[in-house]
Amino acid sequence: MDAVEKQVEGDFFNVDSLTISFGGLRAVDNVSFTVNRGSIFSIIGPNGAGKTTIFNCINGLYTPNSGRVIYKGEDITGLKPHKIARKGIARTFQNIELFSRMTTMENLMLGRHIHINTGVLSGATFFRRNSRAAKEEVKHRDRVERIIDLLDLQFARNQFVGGLPYGTQKLIELGRALALEPELLLLDEPSAGMNTEEKQDLIFWIKDIQDELGITILLIEHDMRVVMDISDRILAINFGKPITEGAPEAIQNDPEVLKAYLGEEEIAQ
Amino acid sequence: MFLQLIVSGIAIGSIYALVALAMVIIYKTSEVPNFAQGEMAMISTFIAFMLLDSYGQSFIVSFMGALAFAILLGVFLEFTFLRRAKDPNVLSLILITLGFEMMLYGAGSWKWGAEQQSFPFPVSDYDIVNLGPAVASHLNIATLLAALFLMLILALFFKYTKVGIAMKATQQNMVAARINGIRANRILSLTWAMSSFIGAVAGMMLAPITTLDPNLMMDPLLKGFAAAVLGGMTTLVGSALGGYILGIIETLFGGYVSLQFKSVVAFMIIVLVLCFKPSGLFAKHYVRRV
Repeated sequence: MDAVEKQVEGDFFNVDSLTISFGGLRAVDNVSFTVNRGSIFSIIGPNGAGKTTIFNCINGLYTPNSGRVIYKGEDITGLKPHKIARKGIARTFQNIELFSRMTTMENLMLGRHIHINTGVLSGATFFRRNSRAAKEEVKHRDRVERIIDLLDLQFARNQFVGGLPYGTQKLIELGRALALEPELLLLDEPSAGMNTEEKQDLIFWIKDIQDELGITILLIEHDMRVVMDISDRILAINFGKPITEGAPEAIQNDPEVLKAYLGEEEIAQ
Repeated sequence: MFLQLIVSGIAIGSIYALVALAMVIIYKTSEVPNFAQGEMAMISTFIAFMLLDSYGQSFIVSFMGALAFAILLGVFLEFTFLRRAKDPNVLSLILITLGFEMMLYGAGSWKWGAEQQSFPFPVSDYDIVNLGPAVASHLNIATLLAALFLMLILALFFKYTKVGIAMKATQQNMVAARINGIRANRILSLTWAMSSFIGAVAGMMLAPITTLDPNLMMDPLLKGFAAAVLGGMTTLVGSALGGYILGIIETLFGGYVSLQFKSVVAFMIIVLVLCFKPSGLFAKHYVRRV
């Protein structure tokens, strides 16, 4: 019984022998891992280890040379990014990819793009208060308002995002990803550039997203405190190759991981 | 005299504004000035002429037929050539559009020859309306109305429709658009279709004023491009205003200073704008945070 359950959970998201090269460089070399539904799975590694490249392969910005990405039992390797979005995989970026000349509200509404069914014609009859288009608009705005509340973004609602502080922009990007109503959320260094207090809030929010929205999270993060605090499992990679995978406590004390982060000499001392 | 020059300036400015809009719509998504814009409009105008002249269709049918053709032409060019370019940079894309320009110019010359045709248009350039001390021809007024109507439609499209908003999003950040489920390729095709459509309207409004030959759009294209640079290549409203400003300045210059150097003024203005406000008169200058 237990074994069967485990099997089903393991079928949620798999990356199998993923490999991609750029020129002669193997940016990702035979990486495999399994993410259980509802868990937080983190990928750690030094700069340039290939973490973001893995994300880019998962959501279709890159096509891997070999290996497969399996999502809910379906092979999604090499699908276009917009198709992958429609399957319920959202992401954020290390360097923030927002629509900078739009307001927070408009950015979040674009996160709902795949859920909006209004065509040009029904949109043209928008002025009727009870039209289908008007009702839809109200529904989507309601969803977005809830995300704004969740992430405390009220103050930024009608401001152009390009001029907002870095930490706020990161949150808006997270909000936009949530607006897509994903089942799997890829977060690429969400805490980068945040101060201690913002990081603390972020940890709460990520846990909320996991617990209350039931969203599975795949996380790239440099801040070890954040990683150790919220991850269910951690994969450490270096030079595109997996070093080790396990629970946070095991990773923390793994000699290979320490070596990758600190270098040989420091260990020897 | 002054008022009359302003009226004429607004009339020709409408054409420049349409060409500028057509260029900016593509520029905003692909960051490429489409130098084939003029020739695309020229061919579409010839299609209307052919439907009218050789097939004896009514004006409405010919006009609609030409617009439909323009849409197909835009999508065809984007799909068959631009999309095939592998990891193109801006320079290679510009070269591709120059290639289109030559291709279409050649096709136009081959099919319709270099002789000048007169383009029959149901609205007359000779019947006039008195506007106080100035007069405007019916065609002037029709051109202005057509331009304003198209601009209104565009404004509504970008503000209220799902596709329009998706297009705006793609223009601001293609990666973000794609990962939010927007089919960026399709948006690109659509920008070419829209741009070709607007260009074709400009061509058909212009042809009755001048004569129809393969050089029809040479001058308006350069002026439209100048107008877009003047107003700001990244803003639709700005580029349209740029078209009107350019039309008015040019006509005033022609009336008061020198008719021969009328066209040169456009380019003097570009040089001045590039010196003092490089992103254009109406474009907000955005600096990307690093």
